[in-house]
Amino acid sequence: MVLLTLLAAITIGVVRTRNLFGVIVLAGIYSFLMASVLIVLDAVDVAMTEAAVGAGVSTVLLLATLHLTKSMEYPRPRKAYLPLFVAICTGAAIVWGTYSLPPFGTPDNVIHRHVVPRYLADSVKDTMVPNVVTSVLADYRGYDTLGETTVIFTAGIGVLLLLKGRRRRRTDQPGERSAP
Amino acid sequence: MKLDLILRIGVKFLLPFVLLFALYVQFHGELGPGGGFQAGVITAGMVILYAIVFGTEAAKRIAPQRMVESMVPLGVLIYAGTGVAGLLLGKNFLDYSVLAHDAPHGRELGIFLVEVGVLITVSGTMTALFYAFSERGR
Amino acid sequence: MQHVQTFIGHYNYFITIFLMVAGLYIVIARGNMIKKLVGLALFQTSVYLLYIEPGKIIGGTAPILDPAFKVYSNPLPHVLILTAIVVGVATLALGLAIVARIHEAYGTIEEDEIFAREAQE
Repeated sequence: MVLLTLLAAITIGVVRTRNLFGVIVLAGIYSFLMASVLIVLDAVDVAMTEAAVGAGVSTVLLLATLHLTKSMEYPRPRKAYLPLFVAICTGAAIVWGTYSLPPFGTPDNVIHRHVVPRYLADSVKDTMVPNVVTSVLADYRGYDTLGETTVIFTAGIGVLLLLKGRRRRRTDQPGERSAP
Repeated sequence: MKLDLILRIGVKFLLPFVLLFALYVQFHGELGPGGGFQAGVITAGMVILYAIVFGTEAAKRIAPQRMVESMVPLGVLIYAGTGVAGLLLGKNFLDYSVLAHDAPHGRELGIFLVEVGVLITVSGTMTALFYAFSERGR
Repeated sequence: MQHVQTFIGHYNYFITIFLMVAGLYIVIARGNMIKKLVGLALFQTSVYLLYIEPGKIIGGTAPILDPAFKVYSNPLPHVLILTAIVVGVATLALGLAIVARIHEAYGTIEEDEIFAREAQE
């Protein structure tokens, strides 16, 4: 698909770009392309979340950190052959693993059995909610969503603990901080 | 100042529609794509856009910091409270079927309540994160 | 011929794995911390693609029940990936907060300079 090739091109751009602002903008473009690919793959809920989160909140937070750290470019990277070799070996191993996947898009895939036909058939009868993704997320698998909400809560508390309070000058004595 | 003016007027027109869209996505999450997470992020995005164009002080007048910071645990409390309500009424934890007069209506009410909880936590957290990051830089 | 046919059928998976390898390479090989976190985000989104691609049925539609459609794509990966996306952004936020504090403590966010400074002490 053309979209996926565009994604690959953007990723090469992210690897090679050294200006950090450009990297962040390219990451936002990548998120939008990913959302388009997800719509083509029929995952509309996921596409909306990825577009909102990836190109919205993620880009805003990256730009805020860039403003805080104020470093725009970074010096010449050292020649890195060992990481390239490790990455390519990992990729080759995964490619070898996906050979045994069934061809793209067939309805008699293994993952379409077991529990999904029951969800698709019973969702309206049990919960009167036609959106199967919402009913599975909030009712059939509601415990996972409670865990996820707790993760967001924990991340918020963690960031507030790290970043609230007055910014210390580096020449201060380490130790006491002023009250937040 | 000229460029600033275009942005201000445009954003002032746009923001109520963004809020309306966020509420639409939230309440129609059962009939179409959407749900709590998307609506929470869009709401937070609206406050962040307002803060970027008009300054953080103006944004803190419409979304005060104490309210935003207390929204973060409130959503988790609503979610867990819905689960415990199922426990108190005699069935398992997070079993919504006892919340109304019969099982399907009860589960629909339960789904609605937990999505509201998720909306409150997600929008509160994203806005609080933005406030924390922008406070640090001054 | 068999290999070519498999290749065409699996082209999507190859591109996904290329994205994964590129993200992994950015995390391992680049020294700037913000770029590492961007690489981690790329890696995560490629994993989402890898999970959702087998769930699609050609000729199916989005999993919202409607009397007019009969065949739906698999909704179970969508649910899991929805959770994963939000957890990913939570991780990114925490990572960026730590990067901001590292910058305040050391004055730089380059990995090499921080190692050199730690080695001097």
